[in-house]
Amino acid sequence: MTATQAVLDRVTRVPGVRGAVVVAAADGLVVAEQLMDGVDGQAAAALTASLVGRLVRTAEGAGMRPPAFVQLRGDGGSVLAAPGPQDLVLVAVVGPDANLGLARLEMIEAVGRLA
Amino acid sequence: MRALEPWVVQPLETFLAESAARLTLLMTMSGQVVAQHGFSRSLDVMSAAALGAGIVASTEELARLMGASRFEALVHHGQRQSCMLAAFTTPRGRWIGLVVFGPETSVGIIRLFFDQMVQQLAAVAPREQTQPPMLAENFETELNASLKALFGR
Repeated sequence: MTATQAVLDRVTRVPGVRGAVVVAAADGLVVAEQLMDGVDGQAAAALTASLVGRLVRTAEGAGMRPPAFVQLRGDGGSVLAAPGPQDLVLVAVVGPDANLGLARLEMIEAVGRLA
Repeated sequence: MRALEPWVVQPLETFLAESAARLTLLMTMSGQVVAQHGFSRSLDVMSAAALGAGIVASTEELARLMGASRFEALVHHGQRQSCMLAAFTTPRGRWIGLVVFGPETSVGIIRLFFDQMVQQLAAVAPREQTQPPMLAENFETELNASLKALFGR
């Protein structure tokens, strides 16, 4: 099992996580994914990479450090993103009943292993 | 944005709004332009259409030689702007999309909304009409009419 697959395994084991994707931040393209049926990995990758890129630039523009973790909450669940090394972003799509605290901890821990 | 066929307008406008593409050209496999956005000169459109159609023909032949099916898309990454070239199937035959984009967007976003545009084009294309074959003797007349419609002069 590669390091990337191990990272995805770890995140998708968290209850309520419907899928995880490792994305190339600059391109918004999927590097690796582990998704339940019905989750559009290409869309999650492209849109989340774009969002994280804009948030990083916004934070830099405001003289702040770039975000270590992003949560976008919607009616049907959340999209979580953790920017990592080598211009990669770890993205998770979670349902409304997900354990967000555990997902956050696992993602921040796991994204460091993508180096 | 200008289009020769009105049903192309809405899907293309949605694509342009969502993707932040700088230039977009939709054309047939023979290089006949169907719609364009961002080009200011007819000469640029003619050159881009001819080059795009040639590149797609070359890559499809290359894919055939390699025993693959078709390549989905070809992306040239540049420092200031990049270019994506993709052939796709519509109810009116196979078309080519040429999209030029800058660092304000990404290839992932362009691919995502381009695929959505292709689905919308397939859904709204009128099916009763078929594209007449392009005849050599009509080529110049057709080309001039297309450019007049696309540039309004």
